[in-house]
Amino acid sequence: MLRRMRGADEIAHFITLLAAVTLLLITALLVYQLWVLSADARAKFGWSFFVTQTWDPVAGDFGALPFIYGTLVTSAVALVLAVPLGVGGAIFLAELAPPKLSSALTFVSDLLAAVPSVIYGLLGVFLLVPIMRTTIQPALKKTLGFLPLFQGPAYGIGFLTAGIVLAVMIVPFVLSVSREVLLAVARDQREAALALGATKWESTWKVVVPAARIGIFGSVFLALARALGETMAVTMVIGNNPKIAASLFSPGYSIAAVLANEFSEATGNLYLSALIELGLVLFLLTFVLNGLARLLILVTTARGSGVLPS
Amino acid sequence: MSIRLIWRKSLNVVMLSLTGVCALLTVSALFFILGYLIYNGGKDLSWNFFTHLPAPVGELGGGMANAIVGSLKLLLLAALFGVPIGLLGGVYLAEFGGRTIPFLVRYTADLLNGVPSIVIGIFAYALVVMPMHHFSTLAGGFALGIMVIPTVIRNTESFLRDVPRALREGSFALGANKWRMIATVVLPAASRGILTGVLLALARVAGETAPLLFTAFGNRYWSPGWMQPTSSLPVVIYTYATGPYEDWHRQAWAAGLVLLGLVLVTNILVRAFLARGTSYERT
Repeated sequence: MLRRMRGADEIAHFITLLAAVTLLLITALLVYQLWVLSADARAKFGWSFFVTQTWDPVAGDFGALPFIYGTLVTSAVALVLAVPLGVGGAIFLAELAPPKLSSALTFVSDLLAAVPSVIYGLLGVFLLVPIMRTTIQPALKKTLGFLPLFQGPAYGIGFLTAGIVLAVMIVPFVLSVSREVLLAVARDQREAALALGATKWESTWKVVVPAARIGIFGSVFLALARALGETMAVTMVIGNNPKIAASLFSPGYSIAAVLANEFSEATGNLYLSALIELGLVLFLLTFVLNGLARLLILVTTARGSGVLPS
Repeated sequence: MSIRLIWRKSLNVVMLSLTGVCALLTVSALFFILGYLIYNGGKDLSWNFFTHLPAPVGELGGGMANAIVGSLKLLLLAALFGVPIGLLGGVYLAEFGGRTIPFLVRYTADLLNGVPSIVIGIFAYALVVMPMHHFSTLAGGFALGIMVIPTVIRNTESFLRDVPRALREGSFALGANKWRMIATVVLPAASRGILTGVLLALARVAGETAPLLFTAFGNRYWSPGWMQPTSSLPVVIYTYATGPYEDWHRQAWAAGLVLLGLVLVTNILVRAFLARGTSYERT
């Protein structure tokens, strides 16, 4: 009887272990598939894949540079807009708002994070693009037109529009993670600063934010990883034109967008394998960023941030 | 008051108000999005939208019954594939795990959670579509299922860990062996939290478009069985919004409203009722 019971335990152990190992196998298989299926492109183009600008499926000539450029530029625009907004909002929620209001607003921000990306794309195409073309881009050209960033014709679509849509999408992530990290800063820190005569803002900006700074960086990396891999909303507003331009008004392309547009119609092994190599690049980028982000967040929340940063 | 003090006090007020503006701006985005979708999509929602197939191009009317059913079938497959693995894996992590394997599994789950959904689409394409030589509901469901696993596994683990030790010991004291203790005491105690995680994970993949583009693909008609390409709400929104026809754009707004409504209602209900009393944290 006892032996049978122990046998049942072992079976349960084995079955659950199998499920856990399935996750490992799936991930290993994912990496393996990306690697093997991109073999043709890797063999043919080598490292020059990353510095070549041409993308010519007809001639069988593939270079990833315009897509990598577009991915990085749109994500950079998104970060520039989203980080101040998200961190500012997090400061309000963690330091100022009464607990009830704070949790209600966090709830709404979490809902915002759940909005599907195709919905952002829909609003981007029909609402933001026309506004960009008729109002925002001309205004930017008039005021900041001396910068190469804001020159050229206003199409409405392009890097800037894609970056703005991305910014709205990643703000909730910056906001909720930064809030967590700020709340983890010990109370004593704030009270000590206030006791020394600091204003509320001074205690927040000079004591609490620096103490939480590593975790805030973590939230930024997390948001960046999401922005890099974001597909639908970007595809719908970036313009889908593989070119590198200094102007943010210019239409461009991103890695995820070219995958979304061309993958299902890719003819020939080389074409498909070049696209899969792009997928591999995207995978590696997000892999590194996510790892880094988790490490940073772990470091700040684990040590309770009671210690002032050196 | 010295000038410096006035400066410090006004800086205090200005900056603190600015943080309030940041929070307000962020939060108001949701209400704006919802309002704009209701304004644009609400007038084109009708009974036909839910019961009819898409009309041929140029004809008015028609609906998205096939896309709605397609999305439900994809979600069902995703749940059938992803939830058992996530659930059992979570039980392993919380109840059986040693040292090395749980660490690896947790790390991998977080990694998989961060993989862009379009890359998951490539994976499902390589694993299911390529051997079968055609797009299918099965491939789409597989892709979504993979995306469900990391959330469910991490969530299940954390809720199982929250079950008090006394419950386990009580169960052992009554002579139960380990798997009985897990199945009849620990799992039921954690069930609300686990269900919360499962539903939120499903709500998240319900809105995913990218992994479906080259797995489930799309279909203007009903998709019989599981081996044919199928339409789904997110993909239809994408196709219609980027298409050239005025009528398609109107339908896209209506479909967007339906999708957003489904996702938000699920989220609100789950978070407000099911998650009450559980220390649920979004991953």
